Amino acid sequence: MIAAEGHYEDKLGHLATLTSTPTHYCAGCEHGTLTRLIASALDELDLREKTVLVDSVGCSVFAHDYLNVDAIQAPHGRAPAVMAGIKRMRPDLTVFAVQGDGDAVSIGLLELVYAAVRGEPITIFLVNNAIYGMTGGQMAPTTPVGMVTTTTPRGREAALAGPPLDASKLIASLDGPAYVKRVLLPVTPTPSPEVFNARGALEGARAVRNAFRVQQMGGFAFVEFVSTCSINWKMSILESKRYATDVLAKIFPPGLFKDRFGVEQR
Amino acid sequence: MSAAAEFLKGNEALALGALKTGLNAYFAYPITPSSEIPETLATEFGKPEWPDFKVFLQAASELEAINMVMGAAATGAKVMTATSGPGFSLKQEGLSFASSMELPMLIVDVNRAGPGLGNLGPEQTDYFQATRGGGHGGYPNIVLAPSSVPEMASLPSLGFSLAFRYRNPVIILADAFLGQLKEDLVFPEVPTERFDVSWATTGARGAERHILSSLHLDYGEQNRFHEHLEAKAEEIARLEQRAETYRTEDAEVVLIAYGICGRLCRRAVGMLREKGIRAGLVRPITVSPFPRKELGTLVERGVRNFMVVELNMGQMVEDVRLAIGGRARIELVHRTGGLLPSYLDIVQRAEEISR
Repeated sequence: MIAAEGHYEDKLGHLATLTSTPTHYCAGCEHGTLTRLIASALDELDLREKTVLVDSVGCSVFAHDYLNVDAIQAPHGRAPAVMAGIKRMRPDLTVFAVQGDGDAVSIGLLELVYAAVRGEPITIFLVNNAIYGMTGGQMAPTTPVGMVTTTTPRGREAALAGPPLDASKLIASLDGPAYVKRVLLPVTPTPSPEVFNARGALEGARAVRNAFRVQQMGGFAFVEFVSTCSINWKMSILESKRYATDVLAKIFPPGLFKDRFGVEQR
Repeated sequence: MSAAAEFLKGNEALALGALKTGLNAYFAYPITPSSEIPETLATEFGKPEWPDFKVFLQAASELEAINMVMGAAATGAKVMTATSGPGFSLKQEGLSFASSMELPMLIVDVNRAGPGLGNLGPEQTDYFQATRGGGHGGYPNIVLAPSSVPEMASLPSLGFSLAFRYRNPVIILADAFLGQLKEDLVFPEVPTERFDVSWATTGARGAERHILSSLHLDYGEQNRFHEHLEAKAEEIARLEQRAETYRTEDAEVVLIAYGICGRLCRRAVGMLREKGIRAGLVRPITVSPFPRKELGTLVERGVRNFMVVELNMGQMVEDVRLAIGGRARIELVHRTGGLLPSYLDIVQRAEEISR
């Protein structure tokens, strides 16, 4: 068990890119983890003052409260288009967004696909928790068949809604992107019920750093983080971590889909 | 050598006019009858005479284009896009967000006939959508209405000035006739204005970071933002009303028309004068803010007969009513579907009401 007392900075250290605002993210949510990984990478690459965050719509809408960088709000799903507008006008800036599955893969699929087709030198982090979190647990494009949500009370039916959409596979199928990677971000169970493996966060840290490096090299970088939403999945936090490993990771297997610049080898 | 007259379509003139005012970026999605604007800019892109013109990009949709405009605008760039009818509807999401983040930009609507696909002929049926703010949430739009090819060329300069001065989107509301009409014009000399863009999101760079957000979860904060927008709208209405008046000094019947109808009415005023009828014309150049002061002055001088001529079912009549407030008679001559009223229609009706 991790003790809750004390400020996180005492344990994890200060980051210039991280504000001291406590996050609104629910306990156990990987958004918090990713926020720190992004701040850490921007600090390490010394990019904070040359970066623009494009806020998406969903649980990451408050990202600018936590990440101490210039920020602009995109309409729902349109972040990649706003990012393209910034980057085309100011190629010297590092431009990134944290999008949810509903934002990036449903209402904003066109914007995502065409930014990828053109190979815009931008960085997109997709938090795929298989559900609409902020609106209260409706079916997402990535919801597994059978999962009960507020809009699929009898479980998602493939005959009605089709199967879940694999964003990384779709984006990697295009010629434009330079870097496409999927990481299972949650801690994963081990044979001991008391011990969980945090390898996902380490892989995530590397992927975030690489995604920014790829942008600096002029490429489109897309990293999907398979994540949890225990609140809307109606599970305990520990159950949600097991579900991510046992179910989601089978539908969305982690892996490197594309690495045109070979950043993973460097 | 003095500038020679060029013979250009309205759309081409607008594109070149925007370049001459220092356009930085254009994001395109083709739609008839506005497509000559992106076509002209695509041709001009990269030429040494336009060093400020950094970006021309065709988007995959109207939505993508307006959101790219938003991104470029956030860097403080002079950025423009153009569309028509169905595309203008799709731009409304972006206009709502751009208004909420107070981003300067220039949006051109070459009004075609509608609703739906309608046809490719001229209408002024997007008047409400443009002047009232066609997106959600309530916000002011600045709307400029050119009436000739030279004005298609000159209004982008005014548009950018207003957009940056008030940090607000500006719409140029043209129509299919003006977009396709060819006329002689001499481009005016336009100084390339530099604007204060200290609010732009271009990286903190040792200073306080900037956040452009439309999210105000606190009800009081959202309320204050609406009050701020309203104060801005009032200032714009006070300072920026623009209209051309023609022979109104002694007029007994005053025509009110913008865009292509403004041209028709100018000629009609002459025809009426030849018949001994003291006619005049008020041609709004800003349809938002609507030139209420000009109309109010005429009513106070005793004008009791006004006649609106427009290519819709009488949308601008509402603004005229608000300006005149029941103190004078307001008639309407209108055509839709791509048709224009004839001089005869305008002259006969004006004769009737002036009897």
